[in-house]
Amino acid sequence: MTTIAELPPGFADKVLSAQSTFRSVMDAMARPGSVQRIVPGAGTPDTMMRGTAAIALTLFDHDTPLWLDSRMAESPDLVKWLKFHTGAPVMQDSSIASFALIGDGAALPPLERFALGTSEYPDRSTTVILQVESLEAGRPFELRGPGIDGATTLQASIKPFDLFERLHLNEALFPRGIDVVLVADDAVVAIPRTTRVVSKGS
Amino acid sequence: MTQHNDQQAQRKAAMAVLAQAEAGEIAARLRNFALPDHQDLRTPENGLVMLRGRAGGDGAPFNLGEATVSRAAVRLASGEVGFGYTLGRDGEKARLIALCDALVQSRDFGGAVERDVIAPLREQLMTRRTQAAAETAATKVDFYTMVRGEG
Repeated sequence: MTTIAELPPGFADKVLSAQSTFRSVMDAMARPGSVQRIVPGAGTPDTMMRGTAAIALTLFDHDTPLWLDSRMAESPDLVKWLKFHTGAPVMQDSSIASFALIGDGAALPPLERFALGTSEYPDRSTTVILQVESLEAGRPFELRGPGIDGATTLQASIKPFDLFERLHLNEALFPRGIDVVLVADDAVVAIPRTTRVVSKGS
Repeated sequence: MTQHNDQQAQRKAAMAVLAQAEAGEIAARLRNFALPDHQDLRTPENGLVMLRGRAGGDGAPFNLGEATVSRAAVRLASGEVGFGYTLGRDGEKARLIALCDALVQSRDFGGAVERDVIAPLREQLMTRRTQAAAETAATKVDFYTMVRGEG
């Protein structure tokens, strides 16, 4: 049984750190495929990356139900840290979650299991925060869509390998759909529901 | 378990004193102290709490209004975590209370903090209270009814 004494701290400067992190995530969402850096540092519990921890401290509160994959949920330190610093309720049912934290991409459940929003409120969908190995090296993906001038290339090594095939469900669902935020250490790339993968090399 | 309860009671008593003390007084008393390394687990923040009221002893509870509260959490290098809550917007005071709460729990500093910080503050608080009570008591008027009667 771990005690509260082992909790890593939150942001050293709450307001400015949260603002700066919010700016990074917003820029990432506005320019899909671009790699944004998260500057402020916070304590990172267990397997959580720096970027994920900063996003959690910035975006989560008691009004945002969370869903954790088994990699995240199996760490009591991590769950306690989230509870202490964000107060966000952790849900068993992924279909009502505002955010999903995925530590082990290979075990990402089918995207249909998350909240897809409704036609009246498409914003009530789950934002999936996926920790990946790298956003600098790996397979190239060509992305097109709003926020991208023509096409852009994202080099990343992502699990699950078929993430972008799975995200094709966004095409049929629009305006409903799933937004994805990829995190590798302090690098962040957003793949909002409007972004399409046109082609990819190997 | 008893030890745990004792510590709880001790922390509660310390909190009762610290919450009433001035931030400057706590800081002044802590200044003479060789403080161990510590970090802010939760930096001071302000928020609101709903105060519940009840008219009379058995009235239905109602929401009286909101009060500003500051809170903070501090962790010592040795692992003890202290929490501080106080009415008002003085974040620094909440941080100092959290620091004292952590020190009270620590084996090395618990006694010293109790002796040099909390006991003098408690004494001050008691003096203030008895003084106020005495001033009030001086204005006390005893009413009595003389026995009325024809005889």
